[in-house]
Amino acid sequence: MSTATTARPKTPGAPTKKPKITWPVVLLLIAGALVLVSAVGAATDNHGLTASGQITAALGAAVPIAMAGLGGLWSERAGVVNIGLEGMMVAGTFCGAWGGFLVSPWFGLLAGMAGGALGGLLHALVTVTFGVDHIVSGVGINLLIPGICAYVNRIYYRDYVADGAGANQSPPADALPSITVPGLSDWLKDIENHHWFLVSDVAGIVGGVVTNLSVVILIAAALIVASYFLLWRTVFGLRLRSCGENPTAAETLGVNVYKYKYFAVIASGAFAGLAGAYLSLVAAHFYKDGQTQGRGFIGLAAMIFGNWMPGGLAIGAGLFGFTDSLQLRDADNVHVLLLVIALAMGLLAMWHGYRRKYTAAVISLVVGGGLGLWFALTDSVERPLIVATPYVITLVVLALASQRLRPPKADGQIYRKGEGK
Amino acid sequence: MTSPNPPAKRSFASRFDGEKILLALAAPVLAVLLSVAICSLLLAVSGKDPFDAFDVMIRYGTASDGQVLTLNRATVYYIAGCAAAFGFRMNLFNIGVEGQYRLGVLFAAYVGSQVDLPSFIQIPLLLVTAMLVGGLWASVAGVLKVYRGVSEVISTIMLNAIATAVVGLLLLPGRFAPAKSANANVIQTAPVSESSHFFSIETAGGTLWGFIFVAILIGVLFQFTLTRTRFGFDLRATGRSETAAKASGVNVKRMVLTSMAVSGAIAGLIGIPELLQSSFYFGQSIQLNLGFIGISVALLGRNSPIGIAFSALLFAFLDVSGTQLPLQGDYPQEIVVVMQGTIVICVVVAYELVRRYGLKRQQQKVGAELAAQAAAAANKEVAA
Amino acid sequence: MANHDIDITVRRGTVHALMGENGAGKSTLMKILYGMQKPDEGTIAVNGKQVQLNTPADAIALGIGMVHQHFMLADNLTVWENIVLGGEKLHGMGAKARAKIQEISDQYGLGVRPEALVEDLGVADRQRVEILKVLYRGATILILDEPTAVLVPQEVDALFDNLRELKAEGVTVIFISHKLHEVLAVADAISVIRRGTTVGDADPKTVTARQLAELMVGAELPSPESRESTVTQDEMLRVDGLRIAKTDAEGIERVVLDDISLRIRRGEVLGIAGVEGNGQAELVEAIMGMLPLDAGTVTLGGKDVTNELTRARREAGVGYIPEDRHRHGLLLEAPLWENRILGHVTETPNSKGVLLDPAGARKDTQRIVEEFDVRTPGIEVTAASLSGGNQQKLIIGREMSHNPKLLVAAHPTRGVDVGAQAQIWEHIRRAQREGLAVLLISADLDELIGLSDTIRVIYRGRLVADADPATVTAEDLGTAMTGAARGHIESEPEAVAEERAASAEGTDAASDHTADDDTQAGE
Repeated sequence: MSTATTARPKTPGAPTKKPKITWPVVLLLIAGALVLVSAVGAATDNHGLTASGQITAALGAAVPIAMAGLGGLWSERAGVVNIGLEGMMVAGTFCGAWGGFLVSPWFGLLAGMAGGALGGLLHALVTVTFGVDHIVSGVGINLLIPGICAYVNRIYYRDYVADGAGANQSPPADALPSITVPGLSDWLKDIENHHWFLVSDVAGIVGGVVTNLSVVILIAAALIVASYFLLWRTVFGLRLRSCGENPTAAETLGVNVYKYKYFAVIASGAFAGLAGAYLSLVAAHFYKDGQTQGRGFIGLAAMIFGNWMPGGLAIGAGLFGFTDSLQLRDADNVHVLLLVIALAMGLLAMWHGYRRKYTAAVISLVVGGGLGLWFALTDSVERPLIVATPYVITLVVLALASQRLRPPKADGQIYRKGEGK
Repeated sequence: MTSPNPPAKRSFASRFDGEKILLALAAPVLAVLLSVAICSLLLAVSGKDPFDAFDVMIRYGTASDGQVLTLNRATVYYIAGCAAAFGFRMNLFNIGVEGQYRLGVLFAAYVGSQVDLPSFIQIPLLLVTAMLVGGLWASVAGVLKVYRGVSEVISTIMLNAIATAVVGLLLLPGRFAPAKSANANVIQTAPVSESSHFFSIETAGGTLWGFIFVAILIGVLFQFTLTRTRFGFDLRATGRSETAAKASGVNVKRMVLTSMAVSGAIAGLIGIPELLQSSFYFGQSIQLNLGFIGISVALLGRNSPIGIAFSALLFAFLDVSGTQLPLQGDYPQEIVVVMQGTIVICVVVAYELVRRYGLKRQQQKVGAELAAQAAAAANKEVAA
Repeated sequence: MANHDIDITVRRGTVHALMGENGAGKSTLMKILYGMQKPDEGTIAVNGKQVQLNTPADAIALGIGMVHQHFMLADNLTVWENIVLGGEKLHGMGAKARAKIQEISDQYGLGVRPEALVEDLGVADRQRVEILKVLYRGATILILDEPTAVLVPQEVDALFDNLRELKAEGVTVIFISHKLHEVLAVADAISVIRRGTTVGDADPKTVTARQLAELMVGAELPSPESRESTVTQDEMLRVDGLRIAKTDAEGIERVVLDDISLRIRRGEVLGIAGVEGNGQAELVEAIMGMLPLDAGTVTLGGKDVTNELTRARREAGVGYIPEDRHRHGLLLEAPLWENRILGHVTETPNSKGVLLDPAGARKDTQRIVEEFDVRTPGIEVTAASLSGGNQQKLIIGREMSHNPKLLVAAHPTRGVDVGAQAQIWEHIRRAQREGLAVLLISADLDELIGLSDTIRVIYRGRLVADADPATVTAEDLGTAMTGAARGHIESEPEAVAEERAASAEGTDAASDHTADDDTQAGE
């Protein structure tokens, strides 16, 4: 009798499903992008985009974004929106520089994480225990922590002017080691300078990774991988994520929701703190007021771009780090990038045309053509446009692909124990 | 059946329920006291005498020059607070006040430097320009929310950063800044025309900005809209329960678009008093973070035009008197930001606790009163 | 008091049905059995041993598992993650756990795919995941709270097959329901609860649906009396060919409403009977202009309002008593007089032009409070502090105060005490005599039969049958609601007479009441 169900045909993997972005596809896309960049590089005789120096800078710029984003990911996976990341990052810059100056840069990294974690604790207290709106608490934290850090900086370093302290600046700390693989680095540099098609570009990218690589970059990469395993492969992670998806269900199954939310938000603060400590210990060697420059928010953007997943976050952070580093480098590189994107849009238009999505094809073609014209008619791209790129990309992704994005279901909702339906 | 209810008359006491007022005031007062305590501790730990520091602040705050500066600053904060509060009243988090404000004042400064009309046209023109630009910028977030379901929190954060870039792009020599300027290191728009200058009042304590009357007007209009118009009722209804508002006939999509635009339009005005009363140009020295201060002021003032007035005055007083700290006793001025931050954090917690307590308390009270009424009715029956 | 003097004995390896109408205390009893609430007195024994249940964990440890009416699943986690959550110590998190899930699934014929994301599953599959979740924890006693409320009939059949399978494997099932036919189809034993206490046991092999219905409903329930017809010939509401379809997670188009055509004349009450979730809520929202239509027209008093917004329809004279007053009818944290404005902000006495008239609204609120007997210490208290019945009276007072031409009333007396219920009926009747047209959605068949001039039966989004309340019994109406009868239904005159007589004595009542306030939330 139950065979007569009309409303429920059980074909595993229903054909109506949206195609999902899988890792092979991502790798294929990256390889394609590389070929495209090489081709454009060869055509315009500008190899700056894949120069090892550019790659090193991009990696360095990606670290604070990735760590802030990872902080956002931990917190939001447990259902707490954390726009206080920026403030927690400031705590990281201050505590990092303080630990780095007083003890050692390694201690500074830990101190930065601890400082950020304290900020996370405050956010958890306000949102989880007192049930205040997450955004409101985040705004308060972004106001409070930079104030405290600026104040303490002024009081504390008063007697250290001889060591290089300024009114809004801490005395410098020692540098953290960076890694250059001997031999390999020089050999790759050599290949890179030949400007062979594709080969030199790959050599430039690999060379960038093995030359002057700060250890913190390695730590950050390890933390992203570790976060994935912790959140998706362990009991702890399953419980933490269940608090962000359906805390009431988790509660009925005996999960202590408050505990996991606290843990997640404190961890979130610690990652933001590490991002801050990177700024004050690696990118610079001192704390300075206003050092974070909104990177906490870019981190949040990278997390959204990455669909609340560590892998996606890493790609987002890499992309945004790349654009972030472009503004410090040769403006010609950015100009070449225009051509790359224009060609990519052209290819996308062909793909859409092949899939018979003609509106999308036309839009891609127009955007690509516009960028191509821009490339042809100008000699450089203005800096502010580069700065705005990550934000514009995030807005476009949100506007066009929001049905593909999958934020945790109970994200941002206030949860009170025993009050669920 | 006879009604157990009292006659339809609102006594003075029911309008001004003592306990309700006490509850409403308890939260901010406690928050301020707690914040003062925390900052005293912080000052004491860093080897400073907190009482002396507060004395410096209060002395300046009670002097006439300090008061005028406080009022001028409060004018700006009040407008910023109203901009944020307008969205908050319907649960729209316009975090983008910052960006809307900067773009609004930039365009107003540019128009003011290019156009020279009689004051009675020029000033309204600049105000409208600023409001239009701010409103349009905010509307991007409104449109994205209504048609693409993008959270306004995220989109306005992104729009803030993009606004910074747009300002950087426009504020270049030959664009909004004059091609040749006296000082090559400072990029700023040309000064606005004389006719753009807003009136001010000379007092014993200095120049009081006439724009304070515009701020008061905004507050009065805001309060009037909220409590006396149909639109305001729809706005508050949506803020309290979107589902109930929708069922009651509120066009929630249109409300989101409208309130986002209005919030942005008010935000566009934030920079105008500074532009038309003091600096007369837009440059890189523009005060940052006014948007976020506005959000804080709105939170402290509980999104009500009257509450925001008090919180704007408090924040302005702290900022203005804080400038005296390094001058008179070597206290870092930054303690003021700490105080503002702790006030905001404490007050949002306190409001939430008071709200929950108040709801429970009223339920108990209503239950008790109804039981008393029932008992009284029963007695009467027995007597009769 | 929610429960008192409850005595139930459930034998191992049986399906034991627990019946009772809305608010009879079934849910409280279940919460006690699952350790979510503590009893003030009395004892619970499992397998002959007296036990203390302080938390759900205690219940789980004793082998008691609960399948909630509202599914407790995290959409963005896979099936196996949902099952393993909270019970990770049992079989770990790896291949072993997944193998165990597959094993249980095969054992009971549940057909669950461990790797699927829950958000891609339909309602019936989710329910199977919930059952598996409980079995995975080693439950031998399964409590199912209104499990059929959200299922289509074929899915109900499949569920019953699963339950029989479970029973065969020695699992005890406690099945909470108020649907007579389902209970008779699956249960081995029946206990009936009324007003918080057990009123009797029944053997499903010998008891009739009618006897069960009599057990379920107490004598106190007042019945609306029949009276002279006030129906006129003026057509007030006309709905033609209305259709709404939604695409669900599996990509299947589920038709919510199809080919709905109805008309209501001035002075007429049209009752819609149906098991909850058959499209009633959507029909109401479509008429109120809150849901976009895929096809069809809505005409109000001769004017096509299909493309009008909700506000315009309300201004044109549509009153609305929503099903869920907390979500759709009130601003809980606002004072009563502001709640009086809600929904009628553009009308007097609430506003003059674009301006509000708080004084007028306050004065009129006071009038409503008196006329509709809203028990409150004043009009400045928040709506949240009133009892459910008084909140409902306020809403009805508000909607009646604007001389509506059409009243859309969804479950107008749900969750309302007996006294208030009679008052609400009287208010609707009085307005009807003055020419009001009413669309009445109710799960209370007595209410429907007593108030309506015409009854239509909705089943799976279609109006499948109609009846004259004067010539139909609640029992036959209940049968039609399960989709068993089509067209015009008419009961045996003797049965009608018998029921009316019983009803006059105040001893008999409905045969089918439906689920709690928030059934739809289960998706």
